[in-house]
Amino acid sequence: MAEAMSQNRKVGFSLARHSTGIIASVLFLAPIVWTVLSTFKPAQEARQPPLPPWPTTGFSIENYQTLNSFGDGLWVSAQNSIYVSVMTVLLSVLVSVLAGYGFSRFRFPLRDFFFVLILSTIMIPFQSILTPIFLVLTKLGLHNTLTGLVCVYVTLQLPFSIFMMRNAFDAVPREIEEAARMDGANNVTMLIKVMLPLVWPGVVTIALFAFLGAWNEFLAALVLMTDQSKFTLPVMMTALQSGRFGAIDWGAVQAGVTVMMVPCLILFLALQRFYIRGLMAGAVK
Amino acid sequence: MTAITATSAPARLRIGVSRRQWVGLLYVLPAVALVTVFFVIPLGMTAWMSLHNWPLMGEHAFIGLDNYFAILRDTRFWNALKFTFYYTVIVTIAIFAVAFPLAIFIEKPRPLTNLYRTAFFMPAVVGFASASLLWSWLLNVDSGLFSPAAYDLGLTERKVNLLATFQPAFWSIIAMVVWKVAGFTMIILMTGLQSIPQDLQEAAVIDGAGPFARFRAITLPLMRRTLALALILSVAGSILAFDQFYIILRGGPRNQTLTAVYWIFNQSFVSFKLGYGAALSMVLLVILVALSLIQLWLLRKPEGLD
Repeated sequence: MAEAMSQNRKVGFSLARHSTGIIASVLFLAPIVWTVLSTFKPAQEARQPPLPPWPTTGFSIENYQTLNSFGDGLWVSAQNSIYVSVMTVLLSVLVSVLAGYGFSRFRFPLRDFFFVLILSTIMIPFQSILTPIFLVLTKLGLHNTLTGLVCVYVTLQLPFSIFMMRNAFDAVPREIEEAARMDGANNVTMLIKVMLPLVWPGVVTIALFAFLGAWNEFLAALVLMTDQSKFTLPVMMTALQSGRFGAIDWGAVQAGVTVMMVPCLILFLALQRFYIRGLMAGAVK
Repeated sequence: MTAITATSAPARLRIGVSRRQWVGLLYVLPAVALVTVFFVIPLGMTAWMSLHNWPLMGEHAFIGLDNYFAILRDTRFWNALKFTFYYTVIVTIAIFAVAFPLAIFIEKPRPLTNLYRTAFFMPAVVGFASASLLWSWLLNVDSGLFSPAAYDLGLTERKVNLLATFQPAFWSIIAMVVWKVAGFTMIILMTGLQSIPQDLQEAAVIDGAGPFARFRAITLPLMRRTLALALILSVAGSILAFDQFYIILRGGPRNQTLTAVYWIFNQSFVSFKLGYGAALSMVLLVILVALSLIQLWLLRKPEGLD
């Protein structure tokens, strides 16, 4: 009797837990799913409220096709976003791996000073130094260039990614290095052939954060990219949503938002383990 | 050269070692250069520019602290700051009210927990700009979801424009930010919950402590550092809020939702008062650095423990 009661309670608890989980999941996923489904409506239907969210008057990719007809076209902005994000990933990985290795394995003058200097930039909001960044880029001839934007994004990534990489290198036992040195490996071959495979998870983590950071950043891109042909996706889509190209085409806005969201969602789902790892590292420090 | 060759073997070894250590400087050089050019120099320039009348075109003139005196009289900036703090308090409470129960919900490994965790976290990887664009559509009175749905369900007599007056517009932004950020805060709180030793909770159960007593006496104190971290991340992020107010509300209705960063953006890049914008930035910077110092203090390791 008592056993049956506790069995019932268990089932009840599990039922309550899963209904809570499912309802909450639906609430969190609904806006994303709603948007993605709505993009496949014909333009005419996309102007109406999305009730129901799925296309009722036939499946269409019209909304994606019209995206290219605004200003310089969405494809240009997409290319800009891809270029900026990929370059940010490559450069921040390169710079952080080198710096992480340097901070972890060498004792040179001012080492601690430089490390604290880089980490402490996280305390200062970049929003407050955007004007001088604008002037510095102008001085360097990088004004209104995607390369200039990449430099800014890489710098913003450095405190997190150098912290990650130094910890990753610290975790590699010294014996491995000494053995390799006995075999005649110099610093560079050691870093590439011996160390890199061991700190690989850290590299994936910082690459993922660099990509998401650059792909989604809005304010710096809005301020620093004044020429429409240099707009990244968030800036371009905001211009479209503000009615800069005539009446607001909500179908196109939804399609643009989908283009912006999908790479982030796919990367996260594929590399979730590394993402959570990065969050943990940030949280534990 | 001869001096080096003349030194005894151990000393030469030490010089060799220290020279090898100098190579480290080369490894960190690119990072230091980037941080110097794109962070340290701009930081110094902000302080320098804040003492100038600095238009985009033409000569700039040194005016001492005049920009700062102007800030004291700038009621619209203080209103923006007041609104920013109001938003920060409300949104932080709202985020925690959603994220904490979720963190408890997904803390223990049970069937499907990973699936739920991923679902709750999905909006967090979408950018603020994308999320704002998405919600600006959902909130639109004609083509959006909420007003027409409420109208169709008979909840309202006509389609209400949620973005036309302050209260509904403000709470719409709160809802959007909670949707976007709660999953992130949840993961941070979860790491704190998981770090609490299980036997401590079990011992308290044996001692007859109820769930609330356990939460107050064990969970909260042991999560102090995690709570402080999640709190500071939320507060700092909210004080710097810009994207959602720019994209969804354009600072409206009637400029009531201009945040501090938005006001600085307007002064610097719409009115092109670069010197004044720099002075405003310095105020923001001091607030954020003070916050970071509070963070360091809250996150300090308890004395005697490591």
